[in-house]
Amino acid sequence: MSRTLAGEAMLFVRAARARAYVRIVGSFREPNGLLADAVFPNLGMCAFVMMYRALGAPAYYEALAVIGGILTTYWVNVLWGMGAQFYWEKQAGQLQLYFAAPCSRMAILAGMAAGGLLASMLRSLVGVALAVFVFRVQLEPFSPWHLAAVFFATMAALYTLGMIMASLFLLYGREAWHTCNAFMEPAFFLSGLYFPIRTLGAFGAVAAALLPLTLGVDALRQVLLGVRSPGLMPVRWEFAALCGFAVLYFFVARWSLRHLENLSKREGRLTQRWQ
Amino acid sequence: MSRTPDVQAPAVETRGLERRYPASRGAPEVVALAGVDLRIERGEVFGLLGPNGAGKTTCIKILNTLLFPSGGEARVAGFDVVREAQEVRRRIGLVSGGENSGYGILTVRECLWMFSQFYGVPGAVANPRIDQLLKVVDLADLAHTRINRLSTGQRQRMNFARGFVSDPEILFLDEPTLGMDVNAARMLRDFVLAWVRERAGRTVLLTTHYMAEADQMCDRIAIVDRGRVLACDTPATLRRSVQGGQHVELEVRDGGTDAAALEGAIGVPVAWGAPHPERGTRTLKFRLPEGRVLGQTLRALEERGISVQGVATRETSLEDAFIHIVGRTLDDDAPGGGA
Ligand SMILES: Nc1ncnc2c1ncn2[C@@H]1O[C@H](COP(=O)(O)OP(=O)(O)OP(=O)(O)O)[C@@H](O)[C@H]1O
Ligand SMILES: [Mg+2]
Repeated sequence: MSRTLAGEAMLFVRAARARAYVRIVGSFREPNGLLADAVFPNLGMCAFVMMYRALGAPAYYEALAVIGGILTTYWVNVLWGMGAQFYWEKQAGQLQLYFAAPCSRMAILAGMAAGGLLASMLRSLVGVALAVFVFRVQLEPFSPWHLAAVFFATMAALYTLGMIMASLFLLYGREAWHTCNAFMEPAFFLSGLYFPIRTLGAFGAVAAALLPLTLGVDALRQVLLGVRSPGLMPVRWEFAALCGFAVLYFFVARWSLRHLENLSKREGRLTQRWQ
Repeated sequence: MSRTPDVQAPAVETRGLERRYPASRGAPEVVALAGVDLRIERGEVFGLLGPNGAGKTTCIKILNTLLFPSGGEARVAGFDVVREAQEVRRRIGLVSGGENSGYGILTVRECLWMFSQFYGVPGAVANPRIDQLLKVVDLADLAHTRINRLSTGQRQRMNFARGFVSDPEILFLDEPTLGMDVNAARMLRDFVLAWVRERAGRTVLLTTHYMAEADQMCDRIAIVDRGRVLACDTPATLRRSVQGGQHVELEVRDGGTDAAALEGAIGVPVAWGAPHPERGTRTLKFRLPEGRVLGQTLRALEERGISVQGVATRETSLEDAFIHIVGRTLDDDAPGGGA
């Protein structure tokens, strides 16, 4: 075990890769899970598309719902797969094995994020396929580079936010659980996943300032729907804000992880099960 | 940020180590460790022996950087477990009996590989090591089986192998053979001993409820109770700390002799045990002091007209020493607690 910077980096990469591997294998090895994971989360989106169609809403509303639906799969993964993960690990009694290992806790979280992101991509591809081939939702011609940039900036912000949540679960058990639940539905509402964010008026602006999900949805819609979806802010700003959030969240997560790890070791709650 | 390892430093050293769990939800404060001083040298297999709740796991958690002490200090390989936790973690491994490690969807092999990666072991080193460990714990045939299909004992064997994938300097084994069958447990005990012997300076800290396991494996044992070390020495010395000699049980045809007369004849206190009416015999117990020959005693009894039908002897066991030191036996729920 080398203690050089390169050695530390290698350890980070190895640990993150191993943790990501579990996520990816996990979602492909169980055929039943695959169906439940890939198809069911997209049904909500389908419902919105059909509703807009039935109401005779402008075609771009359908595309709006599709983009929101796709981001939902990632958000759910961030909440339950990242945020709650350390809670599961603690209940299973294996959190102590992570914390007695020399690898960085951030490596474990990064691995969880990368694995969860890849596994969720499969789900979102099913969503895209449904939208394009079944509902024939129309998009404007768009730049794949813009799409990639905005998408990854959104993901970086969402998953680093997930890391902060994960750190909260170190100390708080069930309490944080309720928080997670609380983030789910209101976030769906505030981020305007299924309707134009402007409908929220001033609310939307505030939500955007706080929730990277709102910013990400808005930016993606602007890239994919062009002028049909006037945004809250220019895409450039939104992109910069998302990147800013990601960096900020990363450092907050690192600090919070260290702080709460120490606190839970002092209180004797790090390895306590069934709390 | 990294520090040069101090090879002279003992594997484990604690001074006045304390841990209190604060009172919560009506439960009173618990003093799990009440000032523990330990010094474990490199190359030792060291045992912590004590009844349930003695503080063994608490001590191991502190040494593994999973829990802060409330007082005193602890060093592992010369590094402070609180201030230099990262240096400690590079050098240690931990196996707890009944732990639930890994993910059900992974195979045994994948699971061991995953844990090796958390220690940064390169694949070229990890893979052959995992193959070898799978053979040791007799799971080679199940290498590609998902771990949610393993039996309790098989799982525990996998956990055991997991402790070795990083080839740690200091290995902590908290009741490692819990749930294993007799053969598996013996196999793993032998493996640990060979592992320590073949690698200079490797150290094992073991807790167990199986007296024989502690006796067979440990170079030294600390007997702990209620968060304190009551005695710390080699198993042989601990045994000798109770009065030495052999425990003898004879099955004799009862000639109606009273105990006092017998004591006069053979020169040691005796006690009558259970009668066996169906054979017309009784049990006669006494402890033969060191240096006395059993044959002479038997002849002395024969001369008094007491016919000896059967003889059983046993050495002073570690359990005798344990009962003597702790003042009570290991908890009843610990299987194998008996001699
Ligand atoms: N997280 C905790 N909160 C409160 N009390 C605790 C906690 N963990 C352990 N204790 C208490 O500390 C004491 C020592 O526990 P510990 O687990 O160290 O015992 P042990 O010697 O390992 O016992 P066993 O042989 O049963 O494994 C016990 O009284 C236990 O109830
Ligand atoms: Mg214990």
